[in-house]
Amino acid sequence: MPKPEMDTRFSKFGTVSFTAVTKVNDFIGYLEEGKVAGTQCTKCGQKFFPPRSDCFACPGEPVEWFEVQGTGKLMTFSELMYAPIGFGEDLPYAIAVLDYGDFKVFGRIGEVPFEEVKIGMEMVTKVNQLPNGNLNYVFEKA
Amino acid sequence: MPKVAVIGVGQSAFVRGYPGSIRELAFEAYAEAMADAGAQNSDIGATVICSSPEYDKQRSPAGVIAEYCGLNPQPTFYVETLCSSSSTGLKLAYSLVASGLHDSVMVLGFQKMSEITSAESQERMGRGADIQFESPFGTMMPAYYAMHAKAYLDHFGASEEDLARIRVKAATYGQINAKAVYRKGVELEQCLSADPVSKPLKVFDCCANADGSSCVIVASEERAKAMGITKPVWILGIGAASMPINMSCRDKFHGLAVAEEAAKQAYAMAGLGPKDINVAEVHDCFTIAEMMAYENLGFAEPGQGPELIRAKETYKEGSIPVNVDGGLLSKGHPIGATGGSQVRTIVLQLRDQAGDMQVKDPQFGLVHNIGGVGLYGNVTIFGR
Ligand SMILES: [Zn+2]
Repeated sequence: MPKPEMDTRFSKFGTVSFTAVTKVNDFIGYLEEGKVAGTQCTKCGQKFFPPRSDCFACPGEPVEWFEVQGTGKLMTFSELMYAPIGFGEDLPYAIAVLDYGDFKVFGRIGEVPFEEVKIGMEMVTKVNQLPNGNLNYVFEKA
Repeated sequence: MPKVAVIGVGQSAFVRGYPGSIRELAFEAYAEAMADAGAQNSDIGATVICSSPEYDKQRSPAGVIAEYCGLNPQPTFYVETLCSSSSTGLKLAYSLVASGLHDSVMVLGFQKMSEITSAESQERMGRGADIQFESPFGTMMPAYYAMHAKAYLDHFGASEEDLARIRVKAATYGQINAKAVYRKGVELEQCLSADPVSKPLKVFDCCANADGSSCVIVASEERAKAMGITKPVWILGIGAASMPINMSCRDKFHGLAVAEEAAKQAYAMAGLGPKDINVAEVHDCFTIAEMMAYENLGFAEPGQGPELIRAKETYKEGSIPVNVDGGLLSKGHPIGATGGSQVRTIVLQLRDQAGDMQVKDPQFGLVHNIGGVGLYGNVTIFGR
């Protein structure tokens, strides 16, 4: 019997991915379809972002995927003038957190001039194709 | 609960590019603490070695350091909670002594950050956050703390100048600390006009990597007495907490919930409140970290931290002196050694042995040591 192939899709996440294999590899499948997705516990209904394959309140219960839709409120952000190894080509860029109410999303700000970025502004989360062929998601003006 | 005393403290100078290996670096703090306590190796019941891995090629450094310090066959434990490793080590040491398992324990923290380049270091530090879902965006410690700074300034209407004032204070005392990396004074204007690292944080808002070691020896009341310790410093309250690692799982950014929780525990255990504290060491890896600490520890109401520093209340002569040894901003921040260095400062203060940095007649001192970006938090209260 041939060995089952390891699903290493997660190595496609972000400029440099530090994880190749995870039980939430479908996160990448959704990104490839243009969707940003989190998971939700089928028992207690808790929404998780980043997605997780286990609900800590309901061990053993399955989780299902939901799509991050609509707008979130910008909680905070910072523009980086220096970058860790592997991210220098991306400079300058900004990281941020969006609050969707039921959950929050950590990520990068997209093609928004920094002087227009304000805490409290409504933003949307969009899939983003990176120059190296990888995928992530970015926050754009709503 | 039986009483636990700090009976000896030591610290290497914090430097850039220590000309020796990790065992030799650790030995410097060990030797000072042993001399301070007047202890023999047979007085030490166990060792807790603290650092943050990935800087050294050596795996399981506890064994190497215990051997080098001549502390075999005593058991040794290795503890890691990023930048708060050695104050977590202190909690473990406290527990070992309070439980009666050992009557004295040595906590030895070290970090030789110069083993790798500064860019590599940034990358590894960044991996003290969520590597699966955050690091792929290109995160680093200054950027995470900058997100807190941005939220803090926005939420309370504070200014970048308020943050800079904290660096000016740190630099004031760094000049009189012979063990600090950065020993120059800094002007407010210099801070404000410095290059941004991750906005709104600029170069002088950030501490420097350093090589260093620290050592704290704790003992039971009986053992301290038997050893003839004349100025024991008691551990009165010890609080520790953790909070979600991923920024998206935090409720707020204008303060650190982990510090509030740890402080609550420490105050309750000590039966003391913020007003009782006479001198404090807080984790100021970035100026914003000290600002949030003022409020999370109850030295100021939420949003009133800027008033505290503007009025110079956290200077040596103020109502609550904070980081009058120059803080991490001046001393440098050798991850695993940091907490122990803070403890040393407070112990010297409570013994009236802090020299030029001495605060007048302090009864109670506090140490606030954070690991990661509010991931781990330790607050410890000491009394003479
Ligand atoms: Zn559940």
